[in-house]
Amino acid sequence: METLDGYLDMDLLRFTTAGSVDDGKSTLIGRLMFDTKTIFEDQLESIERTSRQRGDENVNLALLTDGLRSEREQGITIDVAYRYFATPKRKFIIADTPGHIQYTRNMVTGASTANLAIILVDARKGVIEQTCRHSFIASLLRIEHVVLCVNKMDLVDYAQERFEEIVAAFKAFATRLQIKEITFVPISALHGDNVVNRSANMPWYEGPSLLYHLENVYIGPDSNHVDARFPVQWVIRPHSREHHDYRGYAGRVHGGVFRPGDEVVVLPSGFTTRIRSVERFEGPVEEAFSPMSVVIRLEDDIDVSRGDMIAKPNNQPRVEQELDAMFCWFSPERPLEPGRKYLLRHTTRSVRALVREVRYKVDINTLHKEEGDVQLGLNDIGRIHVRTAEPLLYDSYRRNRLTGGFVLVDEGTNRTVGAGMIR
Amino acid sequence: MTQSYQLSHLDQLESEGIFVLRETAAQFERPCILFSGGKDSIVVARLAQKAFWPARPPLTFLHVDTGHNFPETIEFRDRFLGDLGAQLQVALVQDSIDRGRVVEEKGPNASRNGLQTVTLLDALEEGRFDAAVGGARRDEEKARAKERFFSHRDEFGQWDPKNQRPELWNLFNGRKQPGEHFRVFPLSNWTEMDVWQYILREEIPIPALYFAHEREVIEREGVLLAVTEFLTLREEERTERRTVRFRTVGDATCTGAVESAASTLEAVIEEVASARQTERGGRADDRRSEAAMEDRKRQGYF
Repeated sequence: METLDGYLDMDLLRFTTAGSVDDGKSTLIGRLMFDTKTIFEDQLESIERTSRQRGDENVNLALLTDGLRSEREQGITIDVAYRYFATPKRKFIIADTPGHIQYTRNMVTGASTANLAIILVDARKGVIEQTCRHSFIASLLRIEHVVLCVNKMDLVDYAQERFEEIVAAFKAFATRLQIKEITFVPISALHGDNVVNRSANMPWYEGPSLLYHLENVYIGPDSNHVDARFPVQWVIRPHSREHHDYRGYAGRVHGGVFRPGDEVVVLPSGFTTRIRSVERFEGPVEEAFSPMSVVIRLEDDIDVSRGDMIAKPNNQPRVEQELDAMFCWFSPERPLEPGRKYLLRHTTRSVRALVREVRYKVDINTLHKEEGDVQLGLNDIGRIHVRTAEPLLYDSYRRNRLTGGFVLVDEGTNRTVGAGMIR
Repeated sequence: MTQSYQLSHLDQLESEGIFVLRETAAQFERPCILFSGGKDSIVVARLAQKAFWPARPPLTFLHVDTGHNFPETIEFRDRFLGDLGAQLQVALVQDSIDRGRVVEEKGPNASRNGLQTVTLLDALEEGRFDAAVGGARRDEEKARAKERFFSHRDEFGQWDPKNQRPELWNLFNGRKQPGEHFRVFPLSNWTEMDVWQYILREEIPIPALYFAHEREVIEREGVLLAVTEFLTLREEERTERRTVRFRTVGDATCTGAVESAASTLEAVIEEVASARQTERGGRADDRRSEAAMEDRKRQGYF
């Protein structure tokens, strides 16, 4: 049962793909799924049938990722779709997002949980406005690994010079961003060059194939292991005879490590105590780290409820009612209105919030800041200042994505209308 | 540091599922778990057991019963939930038929699968449930690839793919107007393979239908259907005995079997790993049209 043992030990990589229909994004995803044998016969037959009906020359792998009927009819993708495939090394979750400017909010959503971003460019067109926009969003959402796939190399005769030109142009632009690692891979998604296997058509390229890179790139956790953060999600009180006085705080570790005996502080009250035990259904655990879901029990009987946070006395999050954030507005109905109250969701806390000011708006194609009397409309990104009715327990998004990210909810419609990254 | 602080992908999926279930308990007043006795709902039940341990899950288990069950499923359901100490509520499609809420389909392809939607929505309304947790996964079917963890349903129980809430980081928005409800899918990011591996690792019991056994079947439009009292045979159809197992456990009239000799969990997993058909490929309800699932979801199906 070698395959079984291996499977139980696999790790997980979440990545996002950005590019327009014309960049061959759907074809690339179809290719990855096809070449890793994720596609089943009935799915293949279905797309073969549709390809024939449409008069396509080859089996159109892009059809594999076509979702809803309204999208098929319009030939577009309107929302984030999640796809899955696995190799013996890793399981992959793809957040497949449409690339057009009107879908910036979808890109932001898909990027929020991704460890890596694949950005596609057409080898004939090179680095265009859209490439810059995708890279900016990857950087803003703190995706540490970006893979720039130069696609359609077959249409430029697999020319090394063209690839090098595009690499140089992208590097020049990327100096304005904060991305830890950028990898460049010349591919042809249609023909499979350098997607799963190294291509014989580009002997000058000495790097790994795209899949090899995805399988081997080192991915750290979403949050760091230094700042211990445990937002309390649910209080467990069994009220049963055998667990009469049991009181445990359930939640998911958002950073750092928690061990029995650790001195901790409960925020916002500020009481300090020690961890009595860290537990799971299977029994006590020696240490809990992100992203484990556990139950923490404390030595002292202090008042702790959902929305509170357990941290270490010598390393606490900020406890404040004011925050500055980069913010993306999601709502098509009306723009973000300074002076208006919203509901702010952050970790397991929900508080009323007042947007006091839009400081500037970013032109996401050129990265220019527009200051003065600016408005954030659908898909706009800018910097805002918020005041909350109660304190939030937060870190900067740069330091911790989970304790630095928040969303705003419209209290009238209950919709999620925007997402922010605290500075 | 003695260890690398990395979780395996199954541990990450488990932790995510537990997080989603706790979030459901915290954000809703009367959440329920839809329990069919199928492997996905069994995994959800196990996650619920873990999420609230040592307390019992603060969610009611709701079974929408078409009445067209394999007897093995019902026996299993009662035993499994009994061991969990869980509260079970059964909503019968037969009641919906008797009350004239739905009309039974006629003919050899008759199935109560579509009727379940009405029974489910009535049961949610009568029980005042404001969230229903299900075992659906995004890898199952293309209309599900865009489903959220917290999926909003309007006051008619309908799903509008264009009116769903973006889900960023660990933040789920379960706010709603009175009369609306949510479907919650803790297994969104699991694949069929993940579910099987988890069942193996956790040694979770599952109904015997999932393992190879001999039974009377007919072949209809390329699908093997079990011969039961609920199936109307066409004139030309001959029953035969074959060694089969089921990849999903649904309504007995539309759940296809596959020929298989896999009689252990390990053998089933090997078979799943080399399978060339999706697990829903054997479901007559999905084959009715290209967008069958999308249409049923919009109406409020699971």
